[in-house]
Amino acid sequence: MKALSITHLSKTYAGGFEALKDITLSVEQGDFFALLGPNGAGKSTTIGIITSLVTKSSGQVNVFHTNIDTDSDTAKSYIGLVPQEFNFNGFEQVKHILITQAGYYGMPAKQAEPRADELLHQLGLWEKRHTPARALSGGMKRRLMIARALVHQPKLLILDEPTAGVDIELRRSMWTFLQKINEQGTTIILTTHYLEEAENLCRNIAIIDKGQLIENTDMKSLLNRLDKETFILYLSKPLTTNTPLSGLDYQQLDDSTIEIEINRGDSLNDLFAQLSQHNIEVSSMKNKANRLEELFLSLVDQSEATL
Amino acid sequence: MNRTKMTRQTIAFKTLLTREVRRFLRIWPQTLLPPAITMTLYFIIFGKLIGSRIGEMGSFSYMEYIAPGIIMMSVINNAYANVASSFFSAKFQNHIEELIVAPVPNYLILAGYVAGGTARGLCVGLIVTIVSLFFTSIEIQHPLITISIVFLSAILFALGGFVNGLYARSFDEISIIPTFILTPMTYLGGVFYSISLLPEFWQNVSLSNPILYMVNAFRFGMLGVADIKIEIAFAMIISCIIALTSFALYLLNKGTGIRH
Repeated sequence: MKALSITHLSKTYAGGFEALKDITLSVEQGDFFALLGPNGAGKSTTIGIITSLVTKSSGQVNVFHTNIDTDSDTAKSYIGLVPQEFNFNGFEQVKHILITQAGYYGMPAKQAEPRADELLHQLGLWEKRHTPARALSGGMKRRLMIARALVHQPKLLILDEPTAGVDIELRRSMWTFLQKINEQGTTIILTTHYLEEAENLCRNIAIIDKGQLIENTDMKSLLNRLDKETFILYLSKPLTTNTPLSGLDYQQLDDSTIEIEINRGDSLNDLFAQLSQHNIEVSSMKNKANRLEELFLSLVDQSEATL
Repeated sequence: MNRTKMTRQTIAFKTLLTREVRRFLRIWPQTLLPPAITMTLYFIIFGKLIGSRIGEMGSFSYMEYIAPGIIMMSVINNAYANVASSFFSAKFQNHIEELIVAPVPNYLILAGYVAGGTARGLCVGLIVTIVSLFFTSIEIQHPLITISIVFLSAILFALGGFVNGLYARSFDEISIIPTFILTPMTYLGGVFYSISLLPEFWQNVSLSNPILYMVNAFRFGMLGVADIKIEIAFAMIISCIIALTSFALYLLNKGTGIRH
């Protein structure tokens, strides 16, 4: 079953700016789906249309086979949204925000209260339940928005850059939390600028650039397309020779650091064997960029070249 | 509408109304206290100090005569201000999005905000009525008319506040209409005088002011005297409510001020 189906979706804003140009994509039920794109690509407009915050110019959107135009109340009841910007009443108490949101979805207070308590515990906000939302830290505000989006138990959770500005520890705990609710059956659509996040969490991916869909595939196939990887190698001793090391395609960054590019399918063992022949010992290494990041940049570059 | 949907929508309406009432009660020094103080000053200055020199109006003491108008003025202003500021703040802080993404139909959004504004209008009306009892005795001649007029007027001005809130793009824009339109219309709407005191031309001009009908109908309910026919007042208020409700729903459905 399709959790989301978007067909020929276009959006032109009042000033004439074309934010989306004929986008068609779908997300299967239970998926953890990444919607990526550079700033201003049209990701937030797409999410805005799905959640009724933005009026589309043309096209169709169905959420669990329910059309957002003909039965918008049912379609909306399936969705939970975590927007990019904080959008709660800062003067309201944390728990009131959750109970009020549950009420908008028709959940009686008797049911909403234990559900809010459960989420407040799960997201580490229990101690702050009576605090006005504006007094929370940035990370807590993000968690509050996740709790609010989940309070009515949506089948589809849409997160628009949920970990922006969040420290690494909290980001990783959010990942664990999102993975858990995805395993429990909630379909998740995620937009993020942390491509490591998308690579770790998502099974399928769509990339939008300048309002057009430039890629829509599964993460594995996309990563398989990567034909080169660049590594940074930290050497135990500084390189003593200025003569290029034969048989290696590399760039020296400083005395004891080199950047080396290897083709997909080439063995790292062969690389280390060659380095050993030159008496070079590697103390540690890292990928220059996240694998998805390299692909993302090359896809966006290609798209810009063709536009 | 099936029963489940109706139950869901009833809960959504109650939630929105509760949130609105909680809001104006939380900020009572801004919402409930100022009208009580202002209206007390009106009673002291216009009723007691100046009124004692004016003498009777329509066979009532000046204090008795202006009390219904002052109560109505506070109801109108507060019903309007509550919705305009609450709705605009929701837009300004973007938490209106909480409602837009939820399965709350537009008519319920409108009903929830208007009910919240009406609640504040009536609450302030009650406070001002209690204040007025310190200055004059009130015997309500037609309780049903009094209650229905105050209730309908609060609804009408809450609707006006909602339309203002929809269009407003800054806090200035929610104070322009109350300052430059609503207040002059209220003062010229017969709160402090009977239009029979005016020359014929200005009497006719006054008849085009809808607030005149509300103030006079309310005065009729309380004192039994009015400058206008009570049936016309009801017809006019109800027509305005229907027109403003239709207009507000049209704007909401179009997404004016809330959707891109």
